[in-house]
Amino acid sequence: MPRVVLVTGVSRYLGGRMARILTEDPRISRVVGVDVVPPRMDIGGAEFVRADIRNPIISKVINAAEVDTVVHMGVIATPVQAGGRMSMKEINVIGTMQLLAACQKAESVAKLVVKSSSSIYGAGPKDPAMFTEEMEPKHTPGSGWAKDSVEVEGYVRGFARRRPDVDVTTLRFANFLGPRVDTPMSSYFSLPVVPTPLGHDARLQFIHEDDGLEAIRRATVGDHPGMFNIAGDGIISLSQAARRAGRLTMPLPVSSAGLVGAMIRRFGLADFSPEQVRFLTYGRGIDTTRMREVFGFEPQHTTPETFDSFVRGRRLNRLLPPERVEAVEEQLVSLLTGGGVSQ
Amino acid sequence: MTDARVIPIKGKDPKSSARKKPVAKKAAASKGASAGARSGGSRRSGGSAAAATAEEPEPRPAHEPLPGAEPEPVAWDRKVANALAFMRRRITGDYEVDEFGYDRELTDRVLNAPLRPIYSRWFRVETRGLENIPDEGGALVVANHSGTIALDSLMTSVALLDHHPARRQLRMLGANLVFKTPVVGDFARKSGSTLACGPDAERLLNKGELVGVWPEGFKGVGKPFSERYKLQRFGRGGFVSAALRTKSPIIPCAIVGAEETYPILANAKTLARMMGLPYFPITPTFPMLGPLGLVPLPSKWIIEFGEPIYTDGYPDDAADDPMLVFNLTDQVRETIQQTLYKLLVQRRSVFL
Repeated sequence: MPRVVLVTGVSRYLGGRMARILTEDPRISRVVGVDVVPPRMDIGGAEFVRADIRNPIISKVINAAEVDTVVHMGVIATPVQAGGRMSMKEINVIGTMQLLAACQKAESVAKLVVKSSSSIYGAGPKDPAMFTEEMEPKHTPGSGWAKDSVEVEGYVRGFARRRPDVDVTTLRFANFLGPRVDTPMSSYFSLPVVPTPLGHDARLQFIHEDDGLEAIRRATVGDHPGMFNIAGDGIISLSQAARRAGRLTMPLPVSSAGLVGAMIRRFGLADFSPEQVRFLTYGRGIDTTRMREVFGFEPQHTTPETFDSFVRGRRLNRLLPPERVEAVEEQLVSLLTGGGVSQ
Repeated sequence: MTDARVIPIKGKDPKSSARKKPVAKKAAASKGASAGARSGGSRRSGGSAAAATAEEPEPRPAHEPLPGAEPEPVAWDRKVANALAFMRRRITGDYEVDEFGYDRELTDRVLNAPLRPIYSRWFRVETRGLENIPDEGGALVVANHSGTIALDSLMTSVALLDHHPARRQLRMLGANLVFKTPVVGDFARKSGSTLACGPDAERLLNKGELVGVWPEGFKGVGKPFSERYKLQRFGRGGFVSAALRTKSPIIPCAIVGAEETYPILANAKTLARMMGLPYFPITPTFPMLGPLGLVPLPSKWIIEFGEPIYTDGYPDDAADDPMLVFNLTDQVRETIQQTLYKLLVQRRSVFL
């Protein structure tokens, strides 16, 4: 059972909420949150330490507080959040190296929980429909967040080898979505017109922000070493998601993705790394059997429910609200049949 | 040769297996014999194939009862209401796709619709041995591949969906090129196909799906006309491993007629390389007649499903025994090849 927990990336939405959730657990005496900028939201009873995990100061924080559990949520998904791709990569990769180096030296550390991503599986036409934890990617991600995540997991594996006494839980999440969390997918589906890859319809999986946090909490307070895919049940296709969000789509040839992606990035609307474009083209599915049977976790929201909660939470201005479509349908039916259809 | 046994695909008559060759020869000599071998069983049309299928009643109305739909017969207002409800679900995204991307409602209502007249009118497909397909549970249909574009797989899926009593949806396994190609890959996934790889095949079989595989791949569809009905190499036997791991029966399937739809006279290799295709076919009509060359020749098709080869009697680690896998692969291949020869002998004409 953890007593002192260190949470990285605490100034962002998920990290902040995680810190607050952990402080509410009476068994945890102290929660220390670190980040480079002060948190904008209330992190409850957690202590905030302004420390850059990219330099060795993190080691002092861990030693001073005698941290026994480290929750690493400091991997950033978009350059917009970090102020450019260069500093994003530094925070993600160098930051993780520094953090793990500090953990390796600290005798007190007994558990490490890493929030990783299913993006490490890459995306492409040679992918199996569903990735299980032991499968290797068929198309190794070559850029952006996905590549960072691959490197982060590599360092975590190295750490686990060098400190076999530390329990390491790696959670590979499907894309986070929900009423409040900001992710590349939420900004993508908030675009006024959603550009989609022409002739492709990716399979998407989402994890609700509340479910994702519950999974991290479960890994933190429980005893579940290993690697787990975490996603809501079911699959939603990209076109279906756009329809549910009531967005207009603009199918564009994949070859033009670079150009369109650059334009969208320039306006700061959404992240379109080549890896993200591949994901939106081919999609990906992760198998959650281990999550259920070994990790013992059941998300409260399915993938379509998660998406709907995002649409409602953002009050996306739906072009064709389902109620109106239904009303038109009813009118048409009654017009054609003289109201004679028995339901 | 190894100890691979050739299990002949039976017609309907169990006795015919023992004297398969003589029957086939007799069939060539007298059409009466072949008609006799063909008739019986669960098929509605017996006797002379051409005449019977020409008069064959319309295939049963297309769709399985979908959630919310009434069984046949339906009044026209109900039909209109159903169609409108379908459109509403499409517009609002209120439908389900499975983890492979299979969109059952769309496949049933839209994607299969243009295939049905091609199946019954253009190719006048005759199916045999449908009773060899189990009503439920996982099974692996293994068939020969031919015909330049994979029409044979589409027709097999229509046969099983519309003419099998349990209306089984065939989940086909395709090459990665299929899923790389825009539009084609999209339709393939929506109609229930997925990548031909071990994990996907086993996943589908474990879910109790009927899986279709064409192990010859592009070597089969892209072979020249002169090599018609000669089975190409059967991959690495991955489909056998999948069947052994999931203890699913393998059902050999022979398709006659697809070879003549687009006879490949030559293969423009340079052009194919430039376009990133495995082959670029030159047929008597394509590319000479342009888009008109895309119309397949109206050959008469026969699809015969053979007796299942059961795999549940093998030990649990059988899939790791390469010798056994190769032998089984060979057995399936030989069975299909022999059935092809038998059907070719029975066939009276390419187009009738």
